[in-house]
Amino acid sequence: MEYLIIIIAAIFVNNVVLSQFLGICPFLGVSNKIETSLGMAGAVTFVIVLATMVTFLIQYYVLNPLGVGFMQTIVFILVIAALVQMVEIILKKLSPALYQALGIFLPLITTNCSVLGVAILVIKKNYNLLEGVVFGAATAIGFGLALVIMAGIREQLELANIPKGMKGVPIALLTAGILALAFMGFAGIVK
Amino acid sequence: MSKLYNLTKGILKENPIFVIVLGMCPTLATTSSAMNGLGMGLATTFVLFGSNTVISLIARYIPDKVRIPSYIVVIATFVTIVDLVMQAYAQSLYEKLGIFIPLIVVNCIVLGRAEAFANKNGVVDSMLDGIGMGLGFTFALTLLGSVREILGAGSWFDHKFIQGDAILVFILSPGAFIALAYLIAIFNRLKK
Repeated sequence: MEYLIIIIAAIFVNNVVLSQFLGICPFLGVSNKIETSLGMAGAVTFVIVLATMVTFLIQYYVLNPLGVGFMQTIVFILVIAALVQMVEIILKKLSPALYQALGIFLPLITTNCSVLGVAILVIKKNYNLLEGVVFGAATAIGFGLALVIMAGIREQLELANIPKGMKGVPIALLTAGILALAFMGFAGIVK
Repeated sequence: MSKLYNLTKGILKENPIFVIVLGMCPTLATTSSAMNGLGMGLATTFVLFGSNTVISLIARYIPDKVRIPSYIVVIATFVTIVDLVMQAYAQSLYEKLGIFIPLIVVNCIVLGRAEAFANKNGVVDSMLDGIGMGLGFTFALTLLGSVREILGAGSWFDHKFIQGDAILVFILSPGAFIALAYLIAIFNRLKK
């Protein structure tokens, strides 16, 4: 039950993009086509779950015992950068097909603030390892959901007649705003 | 002359938010009031200034292949300094900005300036560039924060001037997207 609440809260109520404002750059950048946004969502899910596990273990078994909790930011971002690099190399070797699908998105993920954001949030919220992983996976699914919905809308928008000044970023932000309004309807489902 | 240009280009001509459109996450998340926007902007300005200065000094000695991780370590160091200083001296602001203080590390503007400017230019130019870009960022955040606070709460820098309810949605998340969309559209119009 507890896990169900974490999952629903992370996907709908506190959607990572539309209400937490994490990962906006890839959200605006790769939400032009449904296909690419699915690839991005897959890559992000993979990295977030892995990064959550590794950063959790580092926080509780390395940083805390040594009393250097203030090094959190520096260590986490380095771990995430190294992890992304490693995932890229391993995927290339083991599963060229998956690498083909996710490959171009992987380098972009280091600067996706939802990865570092989730890693820090898991520590802040005092989750245990399993809760942290569930939270990370659900957050990533929420990211994917927002990305795919947005891509679907933007594919239609291509054909619409938009005022000149609103083309590009402004109309994308406006669409995201209306989506965020819709997601506000979920508020109050869980505390 | 070019020194003056390096300082001022970030404020309007190459404004990181309105023109280059980088660093969207803190822009949207921390501008629920003008004060929060200003605080976040100044924190980022300090990081930009520090990282630009250090990186322009050490860029020559860093092998090309490991330059990005090295830059990230420099940036993360300054972010940690800001984090600890704000926790000590600006507790209430620190709590409001929350997770977005450590997330300055992944703000594309900071790494972007390191990669696009600081590693090719001298230390004085890089300092000026850092301050200018930081001020441009601060200006954008304060403007967006002001618009949202005035429309959403009927106040400006916590001075209330409308009694009763305002358009609450502008303080909530949808308002952030909508207000920024129109600000960028206005900027696009003015540029021509």
